[in-house]
Amino acid sequence: MKHLLSTADLSKDEAVLLLDTAAQMAATQSREIKKLPTLRGRTVVNLFFEDSTRTRISFETAAKRLSADVINFSAKGSSVSKGESLKDTALTLHAMGADAVVVRHWASGAPYQLAHAGWLDAGVLNAGDGTHQHPTQALLDAYTIRRHLVGLRGGAGEGVGADLAGLRVAIVGDVLHSRVARANVALLHTLGAEVTLVAPPTLVPVGVETWPCAVSYHLDETLAEFRPDAVMMLRVQRERMSGGAGGFFPSPLEYTRYYGLDARRLARLADHAIVLHPGPMNRGLEISAEAADSDRAVIVEQVANGVAVRMAALYLLMAGEDSAEGNDL
Amino acid sequence: MRPGPALPADPHPDGTTVLGASDVARALTRIAHEIVERAKGADDVVLLGIPTRGVTLAHRLAERLSAIEPAFDAAASTGELDVTMYRDDLRRQPTRAVGVTRLPQAGIEGRTVVLVDDVLYSGRTIRAALDAIGDLGRPRAVRLACLVDRGHRELPIRPDFVGKNLPTSTSERVRVLLSEVDGVEDAVVISGREDTEGDAR
Repeated sequence: MKHLLSTADLSKDEAVLLLDTAAQMAATQSREIKKLPTLRGRTVVNLFFEDSTRTRISFETAAKRLSADVINFSAKGSSVSKGESLKDTALTLHAMGADAVVVRHWASGAPYQLAHAGWLDAGVLNAGDGTHQHPTQALLDAYTIRRHLVGLRGGAGEGVGADLAGLRVAIVGDVLHSRVARANVALLHTLGAEVTLVAPPTLVPVGVETWPCAVSYHLDETLAEFRPDAVMMLRVQRERMSGGAGGFFPSPLEYTRYYGLDARRLARLADHAIVLHPGPMNRGLEISAEAADSDRAVIVEQVANGVAVRMAALYLLMAGEDSAEGNDL
Repeated sequence: MRPGPALPADPHPDGTTVLGASDVARALTRIAHEIVERAKGADDVVLLGIPTRGVTLAHRLAERLSAIEPAFDAAASTGELDVTMYRDDLRRQPTRAVGVTRLPQAGIEGRTVVLVDDVLYSGRTIRAALDAIGDLGRPRAVRLACLVDRGHRELPIRPDFVGKNLPTSTSERVRVLLSEVDGVEDAVVISGREDTEGDAR
């Protein structure tokens, strides 16, 4: 594995290896000395063309815990705001000797271009591109689901080595604008889980029938009939909807009534079910404060797991021999 | 230690068996006694096995230690130490899977840690293990037990307890087979030995 661009490219074995490695990385993070010397002398560039707090900090923490040098680059206040192209930025990074580039971009496919255009020989990690993919988020969601629903249920070793066969996951909300939903559908399907997307018809993308999942327009019906083991609430991405909440649903209140996770819906979930949210949350819109702060919500844990998953991805991409060819997962 | 009597039929056609099951058992028993002697008891001893076979050997040594010193709690004083992330050859090899590190509940602070590995060769694994231990705590002392010392050290590292010293050439391959891991009778096998290659095949 040279790049991590899309969860659709991962085989089941690769995905399980990533989760297992993340479990070992997580174990090191409860120690007094959290830093490992594994990537000493290697350079990770965080290339962020879009605003991000948790993903960038999470990647930065992960790289530093593995002793890599981290260079942060954000489009604001760089030569990109003077009109530099992605190619010229990439050539600059190449000249500076980056070993891995973590890229977030507003354009879908920008990380793929960076990985395959021959501008760079570094490994590329997609940290979210447009409305396309966000693989490390999906991996940390799968890791969190596995830890809670496979590991704690089976008891042994937090589910190491296991996939998610037989689990049901409902992904609720703004699927149209969500790279998290796309990344999760592909990964959860690969790992054997069953996925149902729940969204108002206006927020379901064209072509969804080709995705390996079911689609529903009714949250209450899905909770009652599909009986999900995990409910993943998506953020309503108002910044991607022209004119505030314009056009996709009549009013925020109506959205909350039909698609928000509140105390009433929370009480109807199965006893073991967990609630996930990729953050940042719009409290009171897609998720109520009761749901976000309840015992079932694993939202804060998701952030902690994000560091372990990103350490695993950086390790598997960067630790092997230099030649990309021999470096299979 | 003398090598054991020659086996009637060599069960490992691709190599020479240098230690049989009973030799391995005797070597471990002797190492266990040496550990107790050196530590003047087994109270503060922690056995840390290096995956994969070092872990099995550490468990076997723990059983013997509790036979010698009944106060020794085998389960609470045995652990495993994965050194993958501390290796200096990560970039020379395909990516390795990271293994499990499991320490005894009480930790290793102030105790005598005995690292257990199957074959001691270049010493680089032990160097990595020492670094890993440094990040986990500050033991009173760290000792090294290995079933086979085959020489060719690349670092100034010396074992405290050795099952058998095996002079080898770098072209040979030394394998330790343990029933728990390999599903065959315990043995130490050398393959690729140039002078006996004709006989062995």
